Amino acid sequence: MGWLSRPATETQITHGRRLWLYAVAVLVMAFLVLPTLIVVPMSFSGSQYLEFPPREWSLRWYRTYLASPEWMQATWTSLKAGVLTMLVATPLGTLAAYGLFTARVGLGRLVFALLVTPIIVPVILVGIGVFYAYVQLKLVNTLAGIVLAHAMLAVPIVLMIVTAALKSHDMSQEMVARSLGASRLRAFLLVTLPQIRFSVATSAVLAFLTSFDEVIVALFVSGGPNSTLTRSMFNALRDQIDPTIAAISTIMILVSSLLLAVAQTVGQPRRPAVK
Amino acid sequence: MARGAALPITIRQVTKTYGRIHALDHVDLDIQSGEFLTLLGPSGSGKTTLLMVLAGFTRPDHGSLRFGEDEVIRRPPHKRDVGMVFQNYALFPHMDVAGNVGFPLRLRGVPRAEAERRIEAALDLVQLGGYGGRRVDQLSGGQRQRVALARAIVFEPRILLMDEPLSALDKQLRERMQIELRRLHDRLGMTTVYVTHDQREALTMSDRIAVIQGGGIMQLDTPRRIYEQPANRFVAEFIGESSFLPVERDGAGFRYGAHILRIAAPPPEADGHLLMVRPERLRLVAADEPGEDNHFPATVEDVVYQGDSVLVQAVLADGIRIAVRTAPTADAVPVEGAAVTLALSPADTVVIADR
Repeated sequence: MGWLSRPATETQITHGRRLWLYAVAVLVMAFLVLPTLIVVPMSFSGSQYLEFPPREWSLRWYRTYLASPEWMQATWTSLKAGVLTMLVATPLGTLAAYGLFTARVGLGRLVFALLVTPIIVPVILVGIGVFYAYVQLKLVNTLAGIVLAHAMLAVPIVLMIVTAALKSHDMSQEMVARSLGASRLRAFLLVTLPQIRFSVATSAVLAFLTSFDEVIVALFVSGGPNSTLTRSMFNALRDQIDPTIAAISTIMILVSSLLLAVAQTVGQPRRPAVK
Repeated sequence: MARGAALPITIRQVTKTYGRIHALDHVDLDIQSGEFLTLLGPSGSGKTTLLMVLAGFTRPDHGSLRFGEDEVIRRPPHKRDVGMVFQNYALFPHMDVAGNVGFPLRLRGVPRAEAERRIEAALDLVQLGGYGGRRVDQLSGGQRQRVALARAIVFEPRILLMDEPLSALDKQLRERMQIELRRLHDRLGMTTVYVTHDQREALTMSDRIAVIQGGGIMQLDTPRRIYEQPANRFVAEFIGESSFLPVERDGAGFRYGAHILRIAAPPPEADGHLLMVRPERLRLVAADEPGEDNHFPATVEDVVYQGDSVLVQAVLADGIRIAVRTAPTADAVPVEGAAVTLALSPADTVVIADR
């Protein structure tokens, strides 16, 4: 009662008059999150089939997952692909962002636009195109092929995040550093990189997740011993409906959320203490 | 800090074009060893471009630039060994004050103990002794400026470049820093090139001023000569207040209307000439005052009280407006509409080139 009539903003609008807004916000969040979270209880089911809510509880599907050599190999492939994608895409995207930002040439906008097309073009088209190219290059079903394709999808993300960081960075600091005796490389490493490191770290996490969560391109170019986890899950869903999928999904949700949480907390530059 | 040997700077035929615009147009300039030289000009005049050429951030289309005997036109900025202070200070926020000041020493591999000693000496020099551990965001604008300065001189460069370093400070602090910068220069003795659009700053600090306009040097002279004998109308208008009266050649001399001017210094050769009158050099006198001064009868149009002085707008017989600055003492201030006589001594009667 008291809370409802208290002002929510500087303009004296009360919480009571804001109730509809809070309700909409809760609904939107529920719509975004619940479909994902529904697999969590399903993964702890003791039954043979995917069911919600589960009638009995058990960890058997987690045991099945951990005991399966196929699932373990797919997981290992996905982790390798994710880490390698991160290691390829983060430096490349950062260099591209830096180069395009400092060069300020007319072609820069065009190059920027070209570099971000992979996330604008429907991924299915990317998958088909990459597949045909890989048939020629004999890269189908290889780890290198997956990493290259995923790096193509991750570079635009790194590029955009690092460009945003550079926009709020005072580039005259680099000029000062150079006038004080630093080569361009050292000026970047000693002055600019330390100040955009949080954005670079965030983009690295997102590059990893871009690969780790990706399924469409993986369907085209990963297979055999180099099947990614997502690809194997997709196959499993088609062949037999099995709660193992729910268990793996739950683990993936956990990994992704944790990584994003880490990126969020580490990615926030320390605010100067208010005196 | 040790007094490093200063270097002279020789600029020859330096030209830089951006599209069709000549940012620098065949600039020749000799800056003497240990000199405090100011590049003064309006925005877009080319003064900052010239400084960037000196620093190595702008490569001119052609021309030669020597520090001492060395040609440096192709040398990258980090190998030129010049200290530079930027307009926005550009301190490194991820380092503390000592980290900022010590940055050039770190790049040069100066041992830790010596670096610490030199950092402290540089901070003392800019009156920030003991501030080494402060974070940059804890400093006021004036203190940041001093840190930027300490960082630019700690490695004892023989040339110091400054790009409007005081423009972000308020007026009082700016005037104090002008004196301090000049003292620091005299103590360290490095060749200093200072860019500003503030004519008073240039007059206060410089050994010589290069007035720049349209990518060229209009006049290179001491502050006094620049103010009292400007080369042309642009320089006269840019520096200080002035009124201009049309003059005509009369034999060897010049006349304004029917009045033959008494002039102390011979005017420069030019196609057209103007009489430049500084408001504070005019005196209000009785019409029949004897002497050598040039007299101009006028009518007072407007009197503006400005605290330390009174600005009188008067109209000459031919309708030309002229400004007179006079002391605000009661007997010296005329009333609006009064007929007055303006006197100008021959030394202050300066005929300049129209263009």
